[in-house]
Amino acid sequence: MIISVASGKGGTGKTTVATSLALSINSARLADCDVEAPNSHLFLRPVFEPDETITMVVPQVNEEKCTLCGECAAICRFNAIVTIADTVMTFPELCHGCGGCQAACPAGAIEEGRRTIGTIQHGRCNGLDFVHGRIRIGEAMAPPLIRQIRSRINPDETAVIDAPPGTSCPVIAAIKDTDFVVLVTEPTPFGLNDLKLAVETVKILEIPSGLIINRSDIGDNKVAEYAAAEKIPLLMEIPYNRQIAEAYSRGEPVVEAFPEWRERFEKLYADICNLVAGGKS
Amino acid sequence: MKELVVISGKGGSGKTSMVAALSQLADKPVLCDADVDAADLHLILSPNVKESHEFTAGHTAAIDLDKCTRCGKCIELCRFNAIRPDFVVDPLECEGCGVCYYFCEEGAVAFPENLSGYWYISDCRFGPMVYAKLGIAEENSGKLVTVVRKEAAKIAEADGHEMVITDGPPGVGCPVIAAIGGASGVLIVTEPTLSGRHDMERVAELARHFSVPALLCINKYDLNESISEGIRKFAEQHNVPCVGQVPFDPAMTKSMVQARTLFEYDPNAPACAAVREIWARLRDQVV
Repeated sequence: MIISVASGKGGTGKTTVATSLALSINSARLADCDVEAPNSHLFLRPVFEPDETITMVVPQVNEEKCTLCGECAAICRFNAIVTIADTVMTFPELCHGCGGCQAACPAGAIEEGRRTIGTIQHGRCNGLDFVHGRIRIGEAMAPPLIRQIRSRINPDETAVIDAPPGTSCPVIAAIKDTDFVVLVTEPTPFGLNDLKLAVETVKILEIPSGLIINRSDIGDNKVAEYAAAEKIPLLMEIPYNRQIAEAYSRGEPVVEAFPEWRERFEKLYADICNLVAGGKS
Repeated sequence: MKELVVISGKGGSGKTSMVAALSQLADKPVLCDADVDAADLHLILSPNVKESHEFTAGHTAAIDLDKCTRCGKCIELCRFNAIRPDFVVDPLECEGCGVCYYFCEEGAVAFPENLSGYWYISDCRFGPMVYAKLGIAEENSGKLVTVVRKEAAKIAEADGHEMVITDGPPGVGCPVIAAIGGASGVLIVTEPTLSGRHDMERVAELARHFSVPALLCINKYDLNESISEGIRKFAEQHNVPCVGQVPFDPAMTKSMVQARTLFEYDPNAPACAAVREIWARLRDQVV
């Protein structure tokens, strides 16, 4: 089973929930798919294996074979390859790796080059298998790296995915085809607005979901009212507490800093299992 | 005309609350919300929309099953596994590369442009505001960011505004790259947590990578004084001037809950003095 932890708004507590949830499951994997701003490792402090460099395919032109016919530029939707006067230029940073230019080239002049998009690191910590990715600074495309992390999850294991914020392609890449989405938000107008967007996203993907309201006493009741109206199960409320915030600042998982929370996260996992099983029957 | 873009790396560090507060301190700014994925600034500034525009970007393939001969070439060529064995395209997986459209010998693939969202020109109580809503599960957020920034700059140039203040997206990827390129400066809003510091370092590196001058401020600095100290040292060593720090102040959240800026909610709140100081230093550095 794969449980993803998502939110429209950033900073609502995805990593807090994902790390404590993973630590409350027997032999799980935590996969941090927030490749732009990965933070789970700061809480779990895994012992890492060496980095693995992740690349994607980009065109490399063999100029001896190239006839400057321009077919490659004609098919490319991303302006990543152009012919100018007597030369063909590639812009690997713009390439989406579709392979269209290679398939279109009548002279067989386009070979496979590589662009580094980031790294993936595996590690172990407290009985957990850990994997995360880090996008190379300056690289724009997160989804290919996120899909690479996803491919490291064994379909038979229990995994928790820490997803990136937002509602666009990186989130889709992180949560698509997972079994359950835990939505984390805070009871504020920003939290509510972005929760609605996240709920729309989850609906498009047809994944069952439940809600955690973090810092549940700092705002108003509108998030809880919205969840009730939308029939989204409220899985947990975490009140604001200066000690929790300070433990977070030091990178201490909630279930380790406050052992009384372990039972609550174990129950959260059990509740999720029941919801997933109930949805399938 | 100068443009200040507020970013953070980590989400939820207080970018939007800071932008809302700065909007009130700045002299006739143009406001721009470049967090098109999860735009929130309008929730505080309640703008009146004057113009609404469709944002079309990218294409998605669709196969006409009556014309399709099931030759399988499209499935073979698609690198994104977006065409199912029954020749139906999964629009969420479709990258919009057009390879199937280009190579289909039967002309069975349609490749229409996507309506990916909307962008708005509006007026709020502190000046003109440009913002956008990207459709759910859409791509091309970077392009929409570029659109809203260009429109905000146009308004500023046309009407003689001194500054555009842009609320940026979290992270360091496509939309952030689109949000900071060519800006006069970025203000990184961070918080004294290991996560906040880690992501601040990444976004500071991004600003350096694109040669955009970066300034930094620490929100809730008293949550963990020793991490705040570490952040200030990092800032000094990396030539990112620290323009101030805001204490933890419940007024920050309470003002947001009431859809007001910090100064509208309580001009005497402890955070107000800190934000005023930040603005004074920012103005010196950016304008």
